[in-house]
Amino acid sequence: MEIKISVKNLDAFYGKNKVLHNISIDIPKNKVLAIIGPSGCGKSTFIRCLNRMHEVVGGTIKGEILLDGEDLTKTDPVLLRKRVGMVFQKPNPFPSMSIFDNVATGLRLNGVRNKKQITPIVEKCLKQSALWDEVKDQLNKSGANISGGQQQRLCIARTLAVDPEVILMDEPASALDPISTTKIEDLIFQLKKDYTIVIVTHNMQQAARVSDYTAFFYMGKLIELDETNKIFTSPSNKQTEDYVRGRFG
Amino acid sequence: MSQSVSKKEKNNFLKRFFPSNNFGDFIFERLTWLFALSVFLLVILMGYEMYEGSKISIQKFGLDFLVNSEWDPVQEIYGALPIIYGTIVSSLLALIIALPFSIGVAVYLAEVAPPWLEKPLSFLVELLAGIPSVIYGLWGIFVLVPWIRTDVEPYLSDKLGFLPFFRGAPYGFGLLAAVLILTIMVLPIITSITRDVLKSVPRSQREAALALGATKWQSTIIVLKDAKSGILGATMLGFGRAIGETMAVTMVIGNRALISPSLFDPSYTMASVIANEFTEATSEMYLSALIQLALVLFVITIFVNALARLLVWSMDRKWKTV
Amino acid sequence: MENGMMKPDFFFYRKKITSFIMMSLTFIAALAAIIPLVLIFYYTISKGITYLNLDFFVAMPKPVGESGGGMANAIVGTLILIGIGGAIGIPVGIMTGTYLSEFGKNKFGYVVRFLTDVLSGIPSIVVGVVAYTMIVVPMKHFSALAGGIALGILMIPTITRTTEEMIKLVPQTLREAGLALGIPKWKTTLSIVLKSAWKGIATGVLLGLSRAAGETAPLLFTALGNRFWSTSIGQPIASLTVYIYDYAKSPFEDWNQQAWTAALVLILLISLLSLLFRVITRSKYKTN
Repeated sequence: MEIKISVKNLDAFYGKNKVLHNISIDIPKNKVLAIIGPSGCGKSTFIRCLNRMHEVVGGTIKGEILLDGEDLTKTDPVLLRKRVGMVFQKPNPFPSMSIFDNVATGLRLNGVRNKKQITPIVEKCLKQSALWDEVKDQLNKSGANISGGQQQRLCIARTLAVDPEVILMDEPASALDPISTTKIEDLIFQLKKDYTIVIVTHNMQQAARVSDYTAFFYMGKLIELDETNKIFTSPSNKQTEDYVRGRFG
Repeated sequence: MSQSVSKKEKNNFLKRFFPSNNFGDFIFERLTWLFALSVFLLVILMGYEMYEGSKISIQKFGLDFLVNSEWDPVQEIYGALPIIYGTIVSSLLALIIALPFSIGVAVYLAEVAPPWLEKPLSFLVELLAGIPSVIYGLWGIFVLVPWIRTDVEPYLSDKLGFLPFFRGAPYGFGLLAAVLILTIMVLPIITSITRDVLKSVPRSQREAALALGATKWQSTIIVLKDAKSGILGATMLGFGRAIGETMAVTMVIGNRALISPSLFDPSYTMASVIANEFTEATSEMYLSALIQLALVLFVITIFVNALARLLVWSMDRKWKTV
Repeated sequence: MENGMMKPDFFFYRKKITSFIMMSLTFIAALAAIIPLVLIFYYTISKGITYLNLDFFVAMPKPVGESGGGMANAIVGTLILIGIGGAIGIPVGIMTGTYLSEFGKNKFGYVVRFLTDVLSGIPSIVVGVVAYTMIVVPMKHFSALAGGIALGILMIPTITRTTEEMIKLVPQTLREAGLALGIPKWKTTLSIVLKSAWKGIATGVLLGLSRAAGETAPLLFTALGNRFWSTSIGQPIASLTVYIYDYAKSPFEDWNQQAWTAALVLILLISLLSLLFRVITRSKYKTN
């Protein structure tokens, strides 16, 4: 099994407050890793370390995070985020841009200006995110004037356009209705052929449905990491068992 | 049957005058309502008072008041064109200079500055807004104008004298001094509203941009685009402030009703004409013309401010759909 | 795809450099914005301090040609003017603000809120003209009353909006607690809501007063000015700002100097008010 990201002894802080304690995880390539745990357990902080968004809100880290063997804490965050894309909890399309421009913006931010180059990529990404059929006739509409589920798929298309290798998803379906959630889950299943996906979720059924591996976080610590069906059927740790059985959290 | 109807009517009648069960509540609401009404009536009364006061001037000059370029109290001819020209030109030039600065400062405060620096800097900017206009004018007369006379104007006419904007004798007092002082005065207003507008753009927008590999500046551009209408509103508020600014402008603009392309020449604004000539207005027509000037200023500023507020308010509502 | 080992391209360097330059420019803009502030304070303090002595506060202005003297009448005049202004602006502002926050979720409320904002943008000189036609003309002479009323009108927007905002900050639970005890709404508003919002409202009032203290334009042809001692509200009255204006324009160097001192005193007066403002807001955070 090929390892895409290797996290070694990671501590994360907000000011003096330590929120992640000595996390070590190997994230396999072209698989889906789900991160579960009660709220406040540090799961969002963890994935925000992987594309260095943690430092945008003033956080700091200690430890190593290797992306294809290269320590990403020492590279330029702008370069890094091209390779490690992110989908946020609440859909955040750019309301002042059209649907087309929302997807194209990542390309333009990275220097692609030629419309002939951009148009096919936008179409491809909207197809990949299963949004094309719904919006192909209204590409000039504002990115904010579609439903919440469509907005989230637009955000996924926007992330895909930059052609990342890893996609981080921070509870991507938690603000959506059940039908939209199903669509997002199907999409994740499709995407893992080409991308390494790390998804944070508080919904255990969702973790069970979409992921190959599951990590359970509790109070800033990694409690257990294993194949998803193992975690949900026979976890080796008592806390994990309590959590997946719904006894707390 | 009919009795019960009349009873119901009686209830409705009571309800109309005592909508809540409690008499005290009713009085309290009506009392505060009266004060709110007084604010409403005040604005209308202001317009009415000025209309009444300027009636004879309006009747005599009509629309010519706005397009006639002669302002001659001795001949009793009142055409406000050069004054309106001076007002608009000085305000627009000040805005053109202040806007990039204001946006720069606002971006620094909202996007770049660390929190420990943002607070004191914002405070200093607010302080700039709190300095009384007459102190700006005092500083203008004794510091800014001499500097313009001895350094700025000779330099400009030397280097850019081939342009009609920089010709003439360096008096110091004139349009250039007014523009510079107005620039300083509108800067804090535009800055602080723009900063608030930028801060009202949710953090998720910046994160979305950064996550796509945007630099700080690229994400700032996206935020600025989101905040476009609010920044336009802030600019219009600055414009409203500039056209109504009185003391500082009066003290440095030179006070002559003149349409000249040169920034070195003296000029006049509506507010400064009123400030200068109101107590000297001996004839009824003169006074009436000055009040008409105030009415024009009143109407323009109401219009500009109303538009600006709508634009800034629209920013608050915008994020509820995303 | 070809696995691009974080190889930066030309465009990457360009956008990084652009970003660095633009962010530096915003910093320079912030510094530049502070320069006029520093200059104005520097000149006001250094030039104003020469005449700053006890006489300035207790003596009357001297006639032309005699140096020395003070502006006792102008300091008292300014205080009287903002006193009259406050007597109008404070009750109207607080009551209107209360209406807007407690009952103002209707069309009339929106109109009033909008007009208050518009009122805050009307040039102060226009308010002076209105005070002239409304009070000076019928009274047939300039008066402190007319000037004070003009200042009062100018205070209304600030006090109204701060009151509204501050009352809105009072938690709904506090209101419900009062109502649940069977206290009628008006009593709840007065005794619980206004009481817990009073510090915020007081800061709004102080802000309104300090702005009014710095106004000149609306006083020029209402309160006019007075070289003599007068505390009568029916007579013209001196004020610091009008003195600054007159003395700054005058050809006498001695008067020019006194204009700077008056400016310094005015700034001190306003600072005193905003110091009060700071003290009040500070203690507000402590109790929370």
